[in-house]
Amino acid sequence: MADEKQLFKVTIDNITVEVEPGTTILMAARQIGGDVTPPAMCFYSKLQGSGGKCRTCLVEVSKGSEKDPRPMPKLVASCRTTVMDGMEVKNITSDKVMDARAGVVEFLLLNHPLDCPICDQAGECHLQDLSYEHGKEGTRYEFSRRTFEKEDFGPYIQLHMTRCILCYRCTYVAAQLTDSRVHGVLDRGDHAEISTYISKAITNDFSGNMIDVCPVGALTDKTFRFKNRVWFTKPVQAHRDCDKCCGKVTLWNRGDEVLRVTARKDEWGEVESYDGKPGWICNTCRFDKKKLSDWVIEGPTNVNRHSVISTNHYVNGKVPQETIAEVMGGRQPKLLMDIHDVSDVNDPSVDLSVIPGPATGATFNNKKQQ
Amino acid sequence: MQLTQRAKQVERKPMTLLEKIYLWNIAKGMLITIRHLFKRKATIKYPEETRSFSKVFRGVQILNRDEEGRERCTACGLCAVACPAEAITMEAAERQPGEEHLYREEKYAAKYEINMLRCIFCGYCEEACPKDAIYLTQTFAPANYGRQGFIYKKEDLLIPDPKEDPEGYQKALGEKSSKA
Repeated sequence: MADEKQLFKVTIDNITVEVEPGTTILMAARQIGGDVTPPAMCFYSKLQGSGGKCRTCLVEVSKGSEKDPRPMPKLVASCRTTVMDGMEVKNITSDKVMDARAGVVEFLLLNHPLDCPICDQAGECHLQDLSYEHGKEGTRYEFSRRTFEKEDFGPYIQLHMTRCILCYRCTYVAAQLTDSRVHGVLDRGDHAEISTYISKAITNDFSGNMIDVCPVGALTDKTFRFKNRVWFTKPVQAHRDCDKCCGKVTLWNRGDEVLRVTARKDEWGEVESYDGKPGWICNTCRFDKKKLSDWVIEGPTNVNRHSVISTNHYVNGKVPQETIAEVMGGRQPKLLMDIHDVSDVNDPSVDLSVIPGPATGATFNNKKQQ
Repeated sequence: MQLTQRAKQVERKPMTLLEKIYLWNIAKGMLITIRHLFKRKATIKYPEETRSFSKVFRGVQILNRDEEGRERCTACGLCAVACPAEAITMEAAERQPGEEHLYREEKYAAKYEINMLRCIFCGYCEEACPKDAIYLTQTFAPANYGRQGFIYKKEDLLIPDPKEDPEGYQKALGEKSSKA
């Protein structure tokens, strides 16, 4: 049966690819890769039922199929539209799509506080990437943005409801990965918000994956809160034997301190799959194993050269040979100042990775007095 | 073999009497020296006198406060990542209840340091700052005998509080205040 399966031919931005029936346009475009792939904020291939909410993946279908070549009358959400044989899709080659996408970005940013300088997601935020690539410079919105009562999500997860774009990915994680769904979307329309009922702390073992699926900074890691900017940390692939999850993670280090643990992400910003199963990680791995000795280091993470995370990380750099001892007849240069004697930053006596929450002013000042 | 076109053959003629007594050449040299005595001096008497800087002069950095005296810096790290000399480092901390009058945002720089030995005064930090928090002033970093004195900490960089010292605040803002 499998051999007889007919493959559908679909052309996206003049690139033809053969995919199985039932594939969505977005997944077909991901098989091609590169600029042709529409961006996706709410769709997450590892979460069933996700997609169709944010409208960033809109594409123009200029030819419906081989049998019915009429174009689709409106732009369609590529994450929810399946391909037909002979379909022709325009993404970046269509002005209509680019215009619509700029509009969608403006809508998504209507209530977004744009507090990127404070937000821990900055640097790996999909909304940042999206607005940078597809957004317009200004907004026409003149009213005050939504604000919310602060809600406590327990000791591990920090919720910033103002940053939420209501992609529903986290609720799918709660529904599909954890046994009992304890948080969801309350209210409707403009009032909709992510919340736990009666501010119930999420205690499930896999609840931390909400942080990874959140495309913006609405759900962030409380154990990493304000500790460092993403682009100053060094991502390292590591694993450990875990009885609950696959144990394959990315560590975000500063020196030998493990500041943050996340699941490994693929090029679409989604959790990587192993043997067809998504590599979600458990809360023990994510929040409690903050020592380098807990992990087996595999090597540095491959970071896209255009990502801010790769700035100031020198790959394949060749360290020039020290010549001073040679020239000075074996004498070593005299160290005139050890920076740690003077500097308060990156103090070896302050270990940020062991602090459960964000650092406060006292964290640094107390240590100095000792 | 001639290496360049400009090579000149050295004259090896014996000196004349006038050249031998050197007096003429000394007088010629003195004439130039004396003429310079009456010219405008190229130097100034620093520090009693100071030169006026151009408006775009990039001097030592300051950390800005807002009108209420709260620190503007939110430790976003953009100045540090923009810094080509990697001179800027910081540690972020969360603002606690009761500290709202000290820090403008939820997060602030608990420690902020500029290594003036590394700084090249390119002004990229000022350009990168989304919060109007760091500015390059029109004074240069003072000299120091020890290297330790060139690690500028937050206390060295912060401008005076406008509530406690309004004059000092205005002075520290300099011409930047009229621009903003």
